[in-house]
Amino acid sequence: MYTKKEKPSRRIFQIFNYILLIGFTLICVYPFWTMIIYTVSDPSVADIKAPILFPKGFTLNNYKEILVLNGFFHSLLISILRTVLGTFVTVFASAIMGYLFTKEEMPCRKVLYRAVVLTMYINGGLIPTFILIRSYGLLNNFWVYILPMTVSGYYIILIKTFVEQLPKELEEAAVIDGAGYFKVFTSVIIPLSKPIIATIAVFAAVSHWNSWFDNYIYTSKNEGIQTLQYLLYQYLNQAQQMADQVKNSHGTISSAAASISTKGVRMTITVLAFLPIFIVYPFMQRFFTKGIMLGAVKC
Amino acid sequence: MAKRKSFYRYRLLLMALPFMVLILLFNYMPVFGWIYSLYDYIPGIALKDCDFVGLKYFRMLFTDVNTFRVIKNTLIFAGISIILTPLPMLFAILLNEIKLRPVQKIIQIFSTIPNFISWIIVYSLAFSLFSHDGLVNAVLQVFGVNVDAGNTYNIMGDSNAVYWFQSFLQLWKTLGWNAIIYLAAITGIDQELYNAAKVDGAGYFKCALHITFPALSETYFVLLMLNIGNLLNTGFEQYFLFKNPQTASNIEVLDLYVYRIGLESQDYSYGVAIGIMKFAISVLLLTLANKAAKRIRGEYII
Repeated sequence: MYTKKEKPSRRIFQIFNYILLIGFTLICVYPFWTMIIYTVSDPSVADIKAPILFPKGFTLNNYKEILVLNGFFHSLLISILRTVLGTFVTVFASAIMGYLFTKEEMPCRKVLYRAVVLTMYINGGLIPTFILIRSYGLLNNFWVYILPMTVSGYYIILIKTFVEQLPKELEEAAVIDGAGYFKVFTSVIIPLSKPIIATIAVFAAVSHWNSWFDNYIYTSKNEGIQTLQYLLYQYLNQAQQMADQVKNSHGTISSAAASISTKGVRMTITVLAFLPIFIVYPFMQRFFTKGIMLGAVKC
Repeated sequence: MAKRKSFYRYRLLLMALPFMVLILLFNYMPVFGWIYSLYDYIPGIALKDCDFVGLKYFRMLFTDVNTFRVIKNTLIFAGISIILTPLPMLFAILLNEIKLRPVQKIIQIFSTIPNFISWIIVYSLAFSLFSHDGLVNAVLQVFGVNVDAGNTYNIMGDSNAVYWFQSFLQLWKTLGWNAIIYLAAITGIDQELYNAAKVDGAGYFKCALHITFPALSETYFVLLMLNIGNLLNTGFEQYFLFKNPQTASNIEVLDLYVYRIGLESQDYSYGVAIGIMKFAISVLLLTLANKAAKRIRGEYII
């Protein structure tokens, strides 16, 4: 594709383009990097002057302290449990619904499918949902993380579109062998739909891992089911209030010192909350990309 | 056989039933909650025992001094995000010009990753970068700006900067990800077109202007129209987290106002009324977008 002799204007454009895009990428990554280097730096040095490019000294003390921090380990477990269970339930629900909607003999298929698609546009709003969740007895209940997020119109559309283009012969062969709908689903449809299922799984996992607002409005009184993101929110809130206090009182020593001691905790939780995504994302990127492509085809 | 089959197909309904129930419970039942806006609803008292007040809360919307401010904020944020919509397309065109594959790949991975990070973490990052004892102020001090510690600048507490600063954060988070769809559209453009244009003597910029842009503008308009109905729903978590006493009056959008009135002040009925007004504005925007789509492209989006 390269022409032997490039025009100078083209060369200048290329150089400018590389600088621009690499610059933007650095802006995307740098904030995360500053967090990481702060948490592994020697606190006595880092608190006076935050490291800018590389860690100052090296210690894992912040991480050791976090592990014994009251409530940290428990919230981590809750977040993992929520992500694993929530992803499983969402993937199962989307897969089976997507499959069922491809069956033309299904009674009321069109009406039910429309009802599912319409959920993407209709939303009762914050207050009615809150009142309902309360009347269902789901306040301060772990299942409020899972149930409302189980059925997603978007994922169901993705699965349905995918299953529709699978060859019918395999399914028919299984039916002749005497398989019922559920058997066909588990032994034919699921294995064939692995790519789209993987895509939905990564999206569902990320949105479960990142959720915190449901924890904030529905389950804030139950510390036993506090998620990692919400724990971080509380530390940030505290830090914000302290910063306001320090500002208003023109920096009394005690509150300033307090804000520094929680800073390490805050930053370390932040790192631990984004690290899983950073580790997994580069390997899973193609699944994420596939998700947006399929969505675009649907449009 | 046929009879067994026709009976058997009801199993399909049975399998769908649990999930249809969930949809009913969590997606459709809340819509019936709109009725609260017609009553003086008090938590803990059955709705039928509450006073029916008719359109009182909707009339209140017009006398509430906050309504105008909150709608204005919402529309400013929506307007800025519409203005910024061509940027992902531009980003994709530029990224496509990076011919070193590994570099292109790395840029793609790391520019899309912020999209998958929660707003809490973004807030945490912003806090440690921009707050008074944050990194930005520390770096400024290194360069001799703001040497006086009492003179630090915190952009998160600057009410004049709210609109563009929040929009910048949104752009930072979503630009790379939103570009991916355009990147795919570019690879879908027929290479023959470029070759033909080159034979006709078109340079690189002419090719971009006459081939790439028109090919992408179709995708651009479809995405724009699809997003308009959803415009007022975006940003809630972000504004919620970044709201502070200094920025509150400018960052408060309709969703945040619903939250403040409904859940913080426990004025459920009025909160629901504001929510319904937001829905009405969304529908209005969608209708306008639909009309515009019909005029520009000759077909409706919905």
